[in-house]
Amino acid sequence: MRKTIAGVLAASLLLLASGCSGSDDDSGDQAAGGKVELTYWSWTPNMDKVVETWNSGHPGIHVTVNKQDGGDPAVAKLLTAIKAGSGAPDVMQAEYQKVPTLVSADAIADIKDEAGSLKDKFPESVWNSVTLGSEAVYGVPQDSGPLLFFYRSDVFDKLKIKAPTTWDEYAQAARTIHKANPKQYLGTFSANDPGWFTGLAQQAGASWWGVNGDSWSVNINDAATQKVASYWGGLVQEGAILNTPMYTPEWNAALNDGSQVGWVSAVWAPGVLEGNAASTKGKWKTAALPQWDAAAPSGGNWGGSATSVTTQSKHKKQATEFIAWLNTDPAAVKLLAGTANIYPAVTDSTAALSQPPAFFADQTDFYTLAADAGKVAKPFTYGPNVNVAYNAYNDAFGKAAESKQSAQFTSALATMQTTTVDDMKSAGFKVAG
Amino acid sequence: MTVTSMRRRSTAVAAVDRPGRIRRGGPWGFLAPAIVLFIAFLGAPIGYAAYLSLRRVKVSGLGLGAGSRTEVWAGLSNYGRSLTDPEFLPSVARVGAYGLIVVPLMLGLALLMALLLDAGRTRVGGFARTAIFLPYAVPAVIASLLWGFMYLPRISPITDVLTGLGLQAPQMLSSGWILYAVANIAIWGGTGFNMIVLFTSLRSIPTEMYEAARLDGATDTQIALRIKIPIILPSLVMTFVFSLIATLQVFAEPMTLRPLSNTISTTWTPLMKVYRDAFVRNDVYSAAATSVVIALATFAISFGFLKLVGSRAFRQED
Repeated sequence: MRKTIAGVLAASLLLLASGCSGSDDDSGDQAAGGKVELTYWSWTPNMDKVVETWNSGHPGIHVTVNKQDGGDPAVAKLLTAIKAGSGAPDVMQAEYQKVPTLVSADAIADIKDEAGSLKDKFPESVWNSVTLGSEAVYGVPQDSGPLLFFYRSDVFDKLKIKAPTTWDEYAQAARTIHKANPKQYLGTFSANDPGWFTGLAQQAGASWWGVNGDSWSVNINDAATQKVASYWGGLVQEGAILNTPMYTPEWNAALNDGSQVGWVSAVWAPGVLEGNAASTKGKWKTAALPQWDAAAPSGGNWGGSATSVTTQSKHKKQATEFIAWLNTDPAAVKLLAGTANIYPAVTDSTAALSQPPAFFADQTDFYTLAADAGKVAKPFTYGPNVNVAYNAYNDAFGKAAESKQSAQFTSALATMQTTTVDDMKSAGFKVAG
Repeated sequence: MTVTSMRRRSTAVAAVDRPGRIRRGGPWGFLAPAIVLFIAFLGAPIGYAAYLSLRRVKVSGLGLGAGSRTEVWAGLSNYGRSLTDPEFLPSVARVGAYGLIVVPLMLGLALLMALLLDAGRTRVGGFARTAIFLPYAVPAVIASLLWGFMYLPRISPITDVLTGLGLQAPQMLSSGWILYAVANIAIWGGTGFNMIVLFTSLRSIPTEMYEAARLDGATDTQIALRIKIPIILPSLVMTFVFSLIATLQVFAEPMTLRPLSNTISTTWTPLMKVYRDAFVRNDVYSAAATSVVIALATFAISFGFLKLVGSRAFRQED
């Protein structure tokens, strides 16, 4: 136990140390000939290669990529640097759900004046994530994760069922598959993945936070989210789908040995499937996300991030110029898709995405499906304490999933709502209602 | 060299001041490095944590933009919130139940193994000692990952074996078993260390005592129960206190197992709650308050126990 505490302490000291040492980067500013040096924290693979193209074309602004471990550690590190007063980079990758937290901590800057008109280049739901529904602009969207449905076409063909287009059909398919082979499941309800559930709530029309004048509203326990929670709770209760978390060795094994035959996931799923279930290549197909109302299709997102300028940057203008190029310039978008392997957030990314992902080589309409899903995604506003709400999701839905009672799923939402509102009120946020 | 120069300096100090100063200042000079290190790496962080526990961040309005967050004095409100948190008492109770499983089983096993090894009946003593001690060298996180894989029914070799024998394998990560699943990892990892401590103190008992006992007709079991255990009682007390503290601080095992199942919440143990408050909710102030409470409880329980048994246990040594 001692070792663990020491480890945690050492890790936080390291964070502090690395946060502090970052200040060395500042001294590189305004090097010879008025050349501007920018640092960029990102955890996207191969981002340095994308940035090389910028550097060779823009001799006046040099960007250095500083590879981060991932979304959570990068945010912790940034917040430490902000608190310390120095050491933050100029440009920072920020997951959409972290944007309000970072804005609230005064870590990322409003670049409305520098950014100009970028709004039209992005789907509304994505743009909303960097404005928080206000006039400000807290970053430029980089990638997004429109929800799609992935399934084992061999299993569906054998049972003579079609890919579900509505959630009713999904439930029916889940029952049929599990009945035909009690070891097979079409999906699982994962209490470990709040982002996944948020995307499904978004599709149903929920927007958990909102800004009304000078106060926040919190609507986690609204009718739309309740519909989603009781739907999945019902499937878990009747045993048509599993109740165990995703991303466990158990889940990987199930994907591999063909007992997990479907996955409600996002556009980046091919990469995960390729890594976790390589032996099933060629057996999977992609379909649009099942709908609540087939006549009025809607969608949600799971994952995605923006590129923001930090409040410590001394070169806001140049930094904004860089992030606008990175996320909207056709050449850069092509590199994002091809080299960094992310799904660009810009609306017209079709040129960059002509080839389907290798794991779905036969699915020529893969990126058409993804683009359609991105277009119908509903606007969703994240709040300043997403971390608290997501943590409440982990605990409350963990209990509900374990109990396998549909009623517990809806009461878990009530717990999430109270926990989130209480936290905001006790911190001093103005919360309506 | 150093000693001479040190002495010269103290003499010099004494010369300016008055003669009696040498005796009073000298020891402090020698203690200084230890005191400085203690203050820098223990005293100051603890003091800072205590200070943080009395502060909080106050947000105004929407909480967006510069200057909307200020750190203010919170009094004891963090303590109030920490102690009345509906998740806090259940986590304490859980750790209590966990301790009731772990401490007796682990120390019982350690004592039994130490006595068996000490009895000298086995020729593989050296190997056995290392083998029993080895799990202690495995970091708790690695051990939890190893066991976690064995607890997951689909990939566990244990499940395969049990099903092969026609038995129903227990769902180790279900709510009914999870406490035992975590306790098992702690026992696996901790028995070896405690066994070595007890074995070492068994080895320091003079063998004349056993000879005398044998002449009086004592059996091996009687020797173990009436001579060995009473003599190593101080060591037993010490391992007990260590185990108690480790129990109160259980963290790595449930933290590592958590993503594998639905049954471990992020506030499963008090320390996990501290971690959640500090690093998931970004509320270091509440986390500091809970840490202070846990530290005080640990001190109270450890010293309370030592006071309770200490005098009695150590008297045996005389």
